[in-house]
Amino acid sequence: MTNAACTIAGVEKAFGPNRVLRGIDLTLASGQVTVLMGANGAGKSTLVKLLCGVHQPDGGRIELFGQPYAPATPAEAIRAGVVTVHQSINDGVIPDLDVASNLMLDRLADAGSGFFVRSRALRAEASRIAAAMGLDLDVRAKVGDLGVAERQLIAIARAMARHPKVLILDEPTSSLSATEAERLFALLDRLREQGVAILYISHRMSDIRRIADRIISMRDGQISGVFEDTPLDYEGAVTAMLGHGLTSVDITIPAPGPQVLRLQGLQLSPDSPPIDLSVCRGEVVAVTGLLGSGKSALASILFGLAPAAGGTMTLNGTQYAPVSPRDAIRSGVFLCSKDRASNGVIPDLDITGNITLPFTRRHSHLSFLSATSERTTARSMIDHLGIVCQGSNDAIDTLSGGNQQKVMVGRWLAEPSQVLLLDEPFQGVDIRARRDIGNRIRDGAADRATLVFAAEPDEALEIADRIIILNEEALVGEHRNENVDLNRMLAQISGQEIAMGLN
Amino acid sequence: MQNQTILNFAIRYGFLILLAGLVIFFSVAASGFAGPRSAVFIFQSVAITGILALGVTCTLVVGGFDLSIGSVATSALMLSAYMMVVLEQSAVVAVIACLLMGALVGLVNGLLIVKMKVPDLLATLGMMFLLIGLQRIPTEGRSISTGMNLPDGSTAEGVFSPAFLWLGRHRFDLVLENLIPVPVVVFLIVGVLVWVFLELTRHGRLMYAIGSNERAAGLAGTNVTRYKILAYMISGVLASVGGILLAARLGRGDIASGNNLLLDSVAAGLIGFAVLGAAKPNAFGTAVGALFVGILLQGLTMMNAPYYTQDFVKGAVLVVALVFTFALSSRRGGGGH
Repeated sequence: MTNAACTIAGVEKAFGPNRVLRGIDLTLASGQVTVLMGANGAGKSTLVKLLCGVHQPDGGRIELFGQPYAPATPAEAIRAGVVTVHQSINDGVIPDLDVASNLMLDRLADAGSGFFVRSRALRAEASRIAAAMGLDLDVRAKVGDLGVAERQLIAIARAMARHPKVLILDEPTSSLSATEAERLFALLDRLREQGVAILYISHRMSDIRRIADRIISMRDGQISGVFEDTPLDYEGAVTAMLGHGLTSVDITIPAPGPQVLRLQGLQLSPDSPPIDLSVCRGEVVAVTGLLGSGKSALASILFGLAPAAGGTMTLNGTQYAPVSPRDAIRSGVFLCSKDRASNGVIPDLDITGNITLPFTRRHSHLSFLSATSERTTARSMIDHLGIVCQGSNDAIDTLSGGNQQKVMVGRWLAEPSQVLLLDEPFQGVDIRARRDIGNRIRDGAADRATLVFAAEPDEALEIADRIIILNEEALVGEHRNENVDLNRMLAQISGQEIAMGLN
Repeated sequence: MQNQTILNFAIRYGFLILLAGLVIFFSVAASGFAGPRSAVFIFQSVAITGILALGVTCTLVVGGFDLSIGSVATSALMLSAYMMVVLEQSAVVAVIACLLMGALVGLVNGLLIVKMKVPDLLATLGMMFLLIGLQRIPTEGRSISTGMNLPDGSTAEGVFSPAFLWLGRHRFDLVLENLIPVPVVVFLIVGVLVWVFLELTRHGRLMYAIGSNERAAGLAGTNVTRYKILAYMISGVLASVGGILLAARLGRGDIASGNNLLLDSVAAGLIGFAVLGAAKPNAFGTAVGALFVGILLQGLTMMNAPYYTQDFVKGAVLVVALVFTFALSSRRGGGGH
């Protein structure tokens, strides 16, 4: 093995009671691309933030070329040679400035750089960096006028301009086309030859196959697998990231009722393959797949947040094409959104108000809200889901994450639906709340069609009668939840099965 | 635990206790402060500001802000005068025209913000400038009164109708003869209506939800666009009501009136955050906030404080109220977990 650039030993980090990193040991070698894989909440981002100085570890130590490394600020990390390109592109560029200023921003922010901007020198230096990157751009163009991909490349070029010794890239290709991604990979190849240690975070199997020298899988704040023997065991890495010992829960699959929802040739985006799917009354179908596999896009289309790129949907035999969430709700299609903090919780309303929000009309006469009617519904949901609280008038932010999530699910269980969509209903909840929510979803499933979107296959196995697997916006697998071939399922999730078929 | 209880009590009732303390202090210190005439005077001084403040409260509830209310009020003042004095229309026509103008301005504000994605402060600031300019164009920048010379050389023959002046000048009997002026009654009615709308109806609930988490409210099927536009229309209509009452009190289309309306009413709305520890815009708080400023100014005036200290006093009250709302409430939130 080549010499270690960065050594992480026993690093721990907790946010309140939530232990995000539980002892990470990891070595990044110079001249090597280490790919880090992990599901949502595995702790990847936290690890990156420790390395780039945003957070400080609670325990353990980090060494950089044999010296202790404990950056207190991002600026300190950059001075030490650890440079990060963050996932959100807008963290990396300033849209109102031109390309040259963006590329040279760190030089400008440097205290010793003088008071006046020397435009010509700045542009010359910027052009040199852009040329080295293979970026064919007018350095005087305003970044705000450029496309997403170009902005992403500028953010990366800016990282290069800092002459990194350790380069961290968080999902750098998420907005790049194949050609642009290839340009990035060529650049990474060159940096690897120059001896830069690269930590590359991605879910895209095609990227990983192209660039990885080594794969590290993370799960629940721990390293769950290290893969460095060639040929790399991609499927093993995905298994390690998603968890071994996929528990099969006892699921009694009911006889399906009449067909409720039917998708015919539905396309999630103009270039994606058509999806055919039907869901029956009484059935719980889980849709699983990696980040970017199209789960969220499918949920958005079904709930009227985005139009389908092609194909048709029918609901109980009639054409269904919702134009807004209101429209979808009126048709009896409900969505319990993922990311409850931004998409679900109304912090200024109490538990009752949060539960009754979509159906205030049912709880009012001539627009006047009936406190009694609201309270009855809220109390029945609190009992039904086992929400731990003092009373139905508690402020929502006094509840724990799991109980807040129960309130969000209760919001949509309070009224009968034709189709209930739940996007990551187990996000950020403990095992108990997860069981409670899962049981309640299955309990009431007889009267509706239920679709659960979950990135974690064991969540899908825990709740569903049938599991649908998406990969790169295509439906690649379908399993009845009885003696599921787990290896095959994981291969489909990682896109391995298609790749093998193509080769 | 003990400290926590005291802190909660202070946040909840602190401002009302302060208000009661002020009333007692002035009653003792300033002779003539305690009494129905003085009380009515205070109400009258804050009625128009209060009506505007109740409108701006509705926009604050949906997470917006309306800076155009002051200029909508003065535009209504000029428009009503123009309708009656120059166009010789009746009081009813003048009032309807003003209300429509307010609703239209609110609609345009709402569309700018919701459809054109202009940030609320900027959209309503632009509208404010536009209206300040617009109201001067028909009369070439002069105030409107009977007998004035019009741009075409003729003389304005119309008069403010008695029915219109009644709105600003009539006083109802209550205990004493001719006690309560119409604007005070309008203020109280508008206050109750806005309170009922925001607190008791589902529309109010949904507007609070939009202000608290617009995305989540939209995903729960709330028509965010419609409610935001509605909030600006309420604001515009109430501002024009304020302008009508001001015109009726003055009896002329005075170009220089209403300069302080915007700041005073925004202050009342923001002071309202502190009342009952709401930490959010609310109709009751806004009304109390307006009264608080009124009482303080009346008391100080009766104790011979010079007029030029008034804005300083208002500003100080606002700053204290904001500290109450934000610093203390966040400590409560932090301690509660």
